[in-house]
Amino acid sequence: MTKRTLAVENISKLYRIGVPDVSKHNASNPLLRALTKPFANFRKYRSLYSFTEAELSGAEEGPDILWALRDVSFDIHPGDVVGVVGANGAGKSTLLKVISRITPPTKGRLQVRGRVSCLLEVGTGFHGELTGRENIYMSGTILGMRKHEVDASFDDIVEFSGIGKFIDTPVKRYSSGMSVRLAFAVMAHLEPDLLIIDEVLAVGDAEFQRKCLNQMSEAGDRGRTVMFVSHNMSAVARLCKRGLFMKGGKLVQDGPIADVVYSYMTAGGSSSAERVWPDMSEAPGDDSVRLHSVTVVSEVGTPTGTIDIGHAMGIRITFDVLEPGHQLAPYITMVSDGGIDLFSSADSNRQFESAPREVGRYSCICWVPSEFLAEGTHYVRVVMRAMNRQKLAFRESDVVAFNVIDENNSGFGTAWWEGKPKGVVRPNLDWTYEYTSPDMVIEG
Amino acid sequence: MVDQADELPLIIVESKRSWGFVDFRELNHYRDLLYFMVWRAIKVAYAQSIGGLAWAVVQPAMQIMVFTVIFGNLVDIGSDGVPYLLFSTVAIVPWSYMSGTMAASSSSLIGNAQMLGKVYFPRIIYPLTPIVSSLVNFGISLVLIVAVMIYYKVMPTMNMFLLPLLLVMMMMVPLAFGLWLSSLAIRYRDVAIVMGYFMRMLMYTAPILYPSTSISDEMRWWYVLNPIVGVIEGFRSALLGASPAMFIRWDSLLVSFAMLVFLVVTGAVYFRRMERLVVDVI
Repeated sequence: MTKRTLAVENISKLYRIGVPDVSKHNASNPLLRALTKPFANFRKYRSLYSFTEAELSGAEEGPDILWALRDVSFDIHPGDVVGVVGANGAGKSTLLKVISRITPPTKGRLQVRGRVSCLLEVGTGFHGELTGRENIYMSGTILGMRKHEVDASFDDIVEFSGIGKFIDTPVKRYSSGMSVRLAFAVMAHLEPDLLIIDEVLAVGDAEFQRKCLNQMSEAGDRGRTVMFVSHNMSAVARLCKRGLFMKGGKLVQDGPIADVVYSYMTAGGSSSAERVWPDMSEAPGDDSVRLHSVTVVSEVGTPTGTIDIGHAMGIRITFDVLEPGHQLAPYITMVSDGGIDLFSSADSNRQFESAPREVGRYSCICWVPSEFLAEGTHYVRVVMRAMNRQKLAFRESDVVAFNVIDENNSGFGTAWWEGKPKGVVRPNLDWTYEYTSPDMVIEG
Repeated sequence: MVDQADELPLIIVESKRSWGFVDFRELNHYRDLLYFMVWRAIKVAYAQSIGGLAWAVVQPAMQIMVFTVIFGNLVDIGSDGVPYLLFSTVAIVPWSYMSGTMAASSSSLIGNAQMLGKVYFPRIIYPLTPIVSSLVNFGISLVLIVAVMIYYKVMPTMNMFLLPLLLVMMMMVPLAFGLWLSSLAIRYRDVAIVMGYFMRMLMYTAPILYPSTSISDEMRWWYVLNPIVGVIEGFRSALLGASPAMFIRWDSLLVSFAMLVFLVVTGAVYFRRMERLVVDVI
């Protein structure tokens, strides 16, 4: 059996959250209250982090108790690249903080072999008054490196960051992009036994995000042990081999990444086949146009998250035009669960050029033919461009997801195929034959 | 590979709160971090200031001047037969270090709440940093003591042998209070409110501005319980030992030392117990 890098054994984490003060509001005697308040406060602050046996065993569920993690157990072996997925508040961040020893578990036990580096934000320990050089050492040692280790990779870090001659300039004079690049360069050169990366790292421009993701995938390829937390399902699916699905503080699934991602995407709510922004001010877009909803529909137009390969399907995009006269061109990009961009599609009739849109709500459907996409989970990126202004109105990745299945073993289905057909598309193509009898062949 | 994995340190994190002391092995691994934290504190303190490190001399010098004018000239408070300027300088220079560092160390966890929640390293590094970084200031401000001693032509005596011990004790004062107060402040913010009074109380119950000979013998047993007393009396006798009133007072020295060892050890244990909660409660 291989050595475990990390063993998480029945970890629970409880928090005592604030509840309304239900003690008698003895308004007639404010003096008495003022005198007794300090004692009540003392008890309250003392008990912030202590729990009774009944509360710990779960037998008693007080209104002021929050189970951020509940009986979570799993092992991580050297070389594992694990993606942790879950909705906001599912306990992902708490799990990372417990593993990285920032906060202790309330129950359970954790064994870590070797050094853990937990990257929860870019540039922890950076100080504006220090130069780039000093900040490299500061940040490196904060993340657990020794000085000689920073020395050894110093030149690489400087080169990777592209800071060059600004290395001896105080970081407060850097552009924000430069300091983020420098901070990330330090992180990229850590060599921990377990690297934990939170998605907040993927901030910054598209170029930088790509660089981060590449770095993470290289880390995985080099046999590093990585835990990666993200809401970006296509990134998780591409980078990780194994997935952990957190829900309500519990670990509900631990398995191959594709299965976990699919469970997460289809686990109800707005993150699966339909996504609606009820509040226009929070919807993607700008003053001229905002996205209202994106829905995966069947060939008869009903919302669905699962499509049989034998049927056509559509992506319905509903958007609100707020300013008249713009040439608004929506387009979509289909992304496979391996993170590959399969195709993009825009309205080739170019209606948007001749007829700038009036104010109002528009709904369009992009039809995808049957027997085209291969089985598996697919994600949709929706983009809106104002052609007359050369401006991007919005660009939303992984807005919706759907699963293509082959229920009836249609076409050359998987029934007799060895494993799964290869590729990201599965067109049902025509095959023609010509027959020549053996004697003709010999003569020819 | 398997052999290598065996060599990696195994860290076990348990849920139960245990009593423990400082994990010196872990602290040793992070010693470079302590070095850079100290470096950062020094650099940041005087960044973009014209005076730079000269402020380390100016600040205590101003304080000494004010006290000398008020207590040495306007109100004759007595100084055991030593010129008041000399008398106060040898006390105020170490007291400046102790008070400033104590305040910085006590607020070190609260002040770094943001970083505490983002990265793990031994938390004791937070209160330790000012204790080391302020030594630079202290070292520079020693110029004042030397200058005043030269001015009054005071020769150091054999009592100088106490200086290494006194320097250690001087560092133990902010360490002891820093460990206790920084970990208490995690749960009770009252610490920050009380800090100002507490420091003044420590100062007035120690012979910094007045001679300890004005304390009666019956009261002295209580008086020496303040660990600052031993440190200040020690500095006076080590540097001004020629004057008979400045002979070494072993009672205060030993009691102070014992008090400091006790406070540092209990403070370290309490800190260790509380540091686990810091992120959740802060």
